[in-house]
Amino acid sequence: MEYFDTLIVILQSTIRVSVPLILAALAGLYSERAGIFDIGLEGKMLAAAFAGGAAASVFGSAFIGLCAAVFVSVCLAIVHGFASITQRGNQIVSGVAINFIALGATVILGQAWFRQGGRTPQLRDGERFTTVELPFAAELADIPVLGSIYSNLLSGHFLLTYLAFALVPFTWWVLYRTRFGLRLRAVGENPGAVDTAGISVTWMRYRAVICCGILCGVAGAYLSMAMTAGFVKGMTAGKGFIALAALIFAKWKPVNVMFACLLFGFLDAMSIRMQGNPLPFIGMVPVQFMQALPYLLTVILLAGFIGKAIPPRAGGVPYVKER
Amino acid sequence: MSVPYAKLPAWVDYGLIPLVNLAVAFLVAGLVVLAVGQSPLRAATLLIEGAFGYGEGIGYTLYYATNFIFTGLAVAVAFHCGLFNIGGEGQAYVAGLGVALPCLWLDQFAPWYVVFPVAILGAALVGAFWAMIPGWLQAKRGSHVVITTIMFNFIASSLMVYVLVDVLKPTGSMAPQTRTFADGGQLPRLDWLLASVGLDIGGAPFNLSFLLALVAAIVVWIVIWRTKLGYEIRTMGHSPSAASYAGIRQSRIIIITMMMSGALAGMMALNPIMGDQHSMQLDFVAGAGFVGIAVALMGRSHPVGIVPAAILFGVLYQGGAEISFEMPEISRDMITIIQGLVILFAGALENMFRPAITTFFATLGSARADKPLPAAE
Repeated sequence: MEYFDTLIVILQSTIRVSVPLILAALAGLYSERAGIFDIGLEGKMLAAAFAGGAAASVFGSAFIGLCAAVFVSVCLAIVHGFASITQRGNQIVSGVAINFIALGATVILGQAWFRQGGRTPQLRDGERFTTVELPFAAELADIPVLGSIYSNLLSGHFLLTYLAFALVPFTWWVLYRTRFGLRLRAVGENPGAVDTAGISVTWMRYRAVICCGILCGVAGAYLSMAMTAGFVKGMTAGKGFIALAALIFAKWKPVNVMFACLLFGFLDAMSIRMQGNPLPFIGMVPVQFMQALPYLLTVILLAGFIGKAIPPRAGGVPYVKER
Repeated sequence: MSVPYAKLPAWVDYGLIPLVNLAVAFLVAGLVVLAVGQSPLRAATLLIEGAFGYGEGIGYTLYYATNFIFTGLAVAVAFHCGLFNIGGEGQAYVAGLGVALPCLWLDQFAPWYVVFPVAILGAALVGAFWAMIPGWLQAKRGSHVVITTIMFNFIASSLMVYVLVDVLKPTGSMAPQTRTFADGGQLPRLDWLLASVGLDIGGAPFNLSFLLALVAAIVVWIVIWRTKLGYEIRTMGHSPSAASYAGIRQSRIIIITMMMSGALAGMMALNPIMGDQHSMQLDFVAGAGFVGIAVALMGRSHPVGIVPAAILFGVLYQGGAEISFEMPEISRDMITIIQGLVILFAGALENMFRPAITTFFATLGSARADKPLPAAE
């Protein structure tokens, strides 16, 4: 029973750390499926986390914080779109630029506005998101195994957590069952065909990039307003890149994205849990190895040793309309 | 939109347009300074004074520039082959091992001029190795080099934390760094070079690796523009299909280019480890690998452009430290913003002002020829 409880605790923190990964990876999914590579997920998430933390604290409302986070992230996404769609610039370069701008600007503005060493003020209750209990969680807690799973693992998360998991089937539905999704995927595979059909490639790609911005904004808001109470300098700490790795690991498919993020989140939760404790059968594993494992797994996958990750065919290529 | 860009005079293409882009980047940075309620003019004055006003400032500026010449060249070499090596940071970090291990091994009984060549070789080999894996994966397994180099940055970071904390840290020490090297592991400073123009570098760690960086810049120019290998690399970069028609073995060129790029990034480790700290510390690269991207874009991937671009970023690093003393609102994170803006305007948006400039020169040309403009279709 003790092992079972430990497992529940680990799985619970897995869900907690996976949520920003799922949101960011789904954000990348919309953009990359439309042919716009985005390595600026990290920067957008960071800027959104800052905007969310700052606005929630100033206006005293979690909802306004969330709106600010989404707004800032969408603005950065449009900059990326302008550079890579309208100006036909290098998408990787643009993504790198956005990461740096966000990294620097959040600290400079945070220091100038709040003077707390790049932090935003600690959010009070009502300014941040609170956890919700599922119905009957307390009553069912005593049922062995199932009750524990229901009330400790499934209940007691933030609304954004449930939203993130709901977005996985929603994204699948959008991509594979709507006209918008069909066109979005087409524009990432063969923009020429979409153009021939009389649909604007530019507008399609802008919409995809804006979707990406919205989801990155929610991911950032989760970091600074749900997971913790306030923005801390550099708080994304590479999560945007793990999300990118998860997106590739999932071969750009929504449901796989969720499982990849849960896997990477599980590794993260394990590495926190395991510090100083030997693993059964394996012995001591350096914690750094666990931290590097998501990246290692992605490299191995990319090398084609576990299946093959084939990116959208027109990914990274600016579309030049023929005249 | 489909009209190709008109041909412009070379000085416009390589001089004016990059300068306009750079000016816009700094203009936006000035707006950020304004937004935090400070005077951009005062910041600019402090920046220049801090970087050039006195000998020690110049010493620090050139010390930082040394790092950026190496990493800028690394990114540029890969650009010529059409590859984007974001992994300079990780390659330099791991290459620290190639510098630190010879130093730890030889510093007690060999003078610096024996240790230095071994360390150069070590840094270049380890850096090349760390870049070779993504290069090989791109060439043979088709995995995109951008993604793999990003992943390798994170793997490098975990690996080096492990090595420094669990392997190289002297017993009984708390700080995650190697022991301090004896004299054999310390590069001589170039105080005489600046003394010859009457400047005193004071405590600035401006050292011999600066000259090595300049040599590397010359070697890169020779290799890229004056050898068969360089021709093949540039052909690959312009048109991979043309290269394969010409019988150039693509995978060989990709792997060699990535190894060259990694070796250049790796040599950056010499400057902080042997030239300044005389030990290997946690996170000694401190973002220099990423600055290299901005430097290469600004210098248009040519050594003649990269060296001034690297010095400009040296100015930002040194002058930025100076500004943060005087104006606490503007910490060194301002450099990160400027770096991002330079990458955005000189890289991703490099053609934003080109149509306007082209029109300007077209009207200028036609006015001089006293002819009406040909009607554009």
